[in-house]
Amino acid sequence: MADDTHKIIHAFGALADLGQAVADKNDFQETVRTSLHLISGAIGIMRGGVARYSRFSHELTLAAARGLGDDFPLCLNIGADDEKQFLINGLYPLEIDQAKTLPFFQRYGSSFDARNITLFVPLVIRDELLGALFLGEKATGEPYSSYDKDIICSMGRHIGVAIAQRNLMAELERRSAENRRLYDELKLTYKATVRAFATAIDCKDKYTEGHSVRVGKFAEIIAAELGWSEEETEGAAVAGYLHDVGKLTVERKIINAPYRINAKESAELNKHPTVGYQILQAINHPYAAVPDAAKYHHERLDGRGYPDGLYDREIPYIAKIVNLADSFDAMTTDRPYKRRRPANEVVDDLTRNSGKQFAPEIVSAFFRGMLNELNGDTKEKRFRRLLGREYMEAEGLVPMLRIALNEIGRGAPVSVISLS
Amino acid sequence: MEMEPTSVVRDEDGTAVVLAGDYLNKITGERVERECRRCIDSGCKQLVVDFSDTEIVNSIGVSILLGVIDTASSAGAKIVFSHLNANTAELFDLLGVTKHVSLAIAE
Repeated sequence: MADDTHKIIHAFGALADLGQAVADKNDFQETVRTSLHLISGAIGIMRGGVARYSRFSHELTLAAARGLGDDFPLCLNIGADDEKQFLINGLYPLEIDQAKTLPFFQRYGSSFDARNITLFVPLVIRDELLGALFLGEKATGEPYSSYDKDIICSMGRHIGVAIAQRNLMAELERRSAENRRLYDELKLTYKATVRAFATAIDCKDKYTEGHSVRVGKFAEIIAAELGWSEEETEGAAVAGYLHDVGKLTVERKIINAPYRINAKESAELNKHPTVGYQILQAINHPYAAVPDAAKYHHERLDGRGYPDGLYDREIPYIAKIVNLADSFDAMTTDRPYKRRRPANEVVDDLTRNSGKQFAPEIVSAFFRGMLNELNGDTKEKRFRRLLGREYMEAEGLVPMLRIALNEIGRGAPVSVISLS
Repeated sequence: MEMEPTSVVRDEDGTAVVLAGDYLNKITGERVERECRRCIDSGCKQLVVDFSDTEIVNSIGVSILLGVIDTASSAGAKIVFSHLNANTAELFDLLGVTKHVSLAIAE
């Protein structure tokens, strides 16, 4: 009786330690290794192993082993009949001697005999085979008692749960990686579609070829200079690419008119922000502000813009960015009725209109980006690529930008053209 | 205070003594296992595991000792357990550990 009590206390201690080992989800291999030690030590088993089952490859793979030697197979194949039989058996130890009719034990019988493996425990949890225990002879040399088998079942259930948790985590990780991959692919498709749209918009206007793409790139530069996150900066670029999507509904002869258009034509053209908003609003964009950028990119801080004549704080920030990028591109490219303006003149124009048409901090961010490139503070050559090297190397541009930044920073924009 | 079970004393006829420490669990058991394997690998023919400071041996400790016994048996080395307290001796008896080792009571 005293022997039994001592044995029970020892086994309960092992069971408690096993519960703790299984709850520690940090290192699955270590959990399984500890579990094998605990079963062996609770009953006094000379050697054994724990294997994990893959229902895809139908293989048991050893996750931990003690004293099985180098010749013991690391992977053991399970046939359909074997699996069926193990599921019927459930989580209860099989005496290998009595189960030799199963193909599994015929296939691996010699390996089990070589290491005196006498018990095989299918780890079946909720009608699913998750793994197995291979247990060698007891140190006492006695056969396994029903008490031993009950203890093995209790501990085996803990190990089965640990394997189920591990499988669940692996499945979650796999699904998460798959979702990430799909999301990235979707983003690439979205970007390619946006670029295709931008090209389609620009095709309508032979004089402003590449305009939408350039506005997207200028908006991206501004957002980056403002310290926006990568995601937000991407959103600014998309807003730039699509800001003129409403022009798709404007007659080509108005867009391509080689003269200053009349009031009627102008009214028609000025509908494009609202039409663009209606087109973009129907799409579920990853960047929420894209439709707003299309609708309000012709608004001005002083309320003299269109379509709604909004004032400063009423204008969405993204629209202010696109407004600057759009105006800058209009000034720096040839138009049917006007040649591109020199860089110094453009900087002066933006400076003078800072606080009237453009938000001063956005003009500053844009000038900072330009100055950093001209000073060689960044390896990127975005402005040179978009505007041409010669254009960006206009005499006096660097000091002019410095003065403009200073003036805008002081909140008192003045004309600086005379300094160039 | 847990003893560091890394002290190994060797005499001239190929006997090594490994101290088991006060509580033989996973951490201390793995240290004992390392020492024992090192002694066996270096040709030791008799390995004495000294339990004189050992108060408790848990299941992992038992499992590790069974592993050491298995390794020693394969290498033809003899294992002696010395200074077991009554509780540990009873546990080892129940689990069959003492069937595979010689017991030394006192020097």
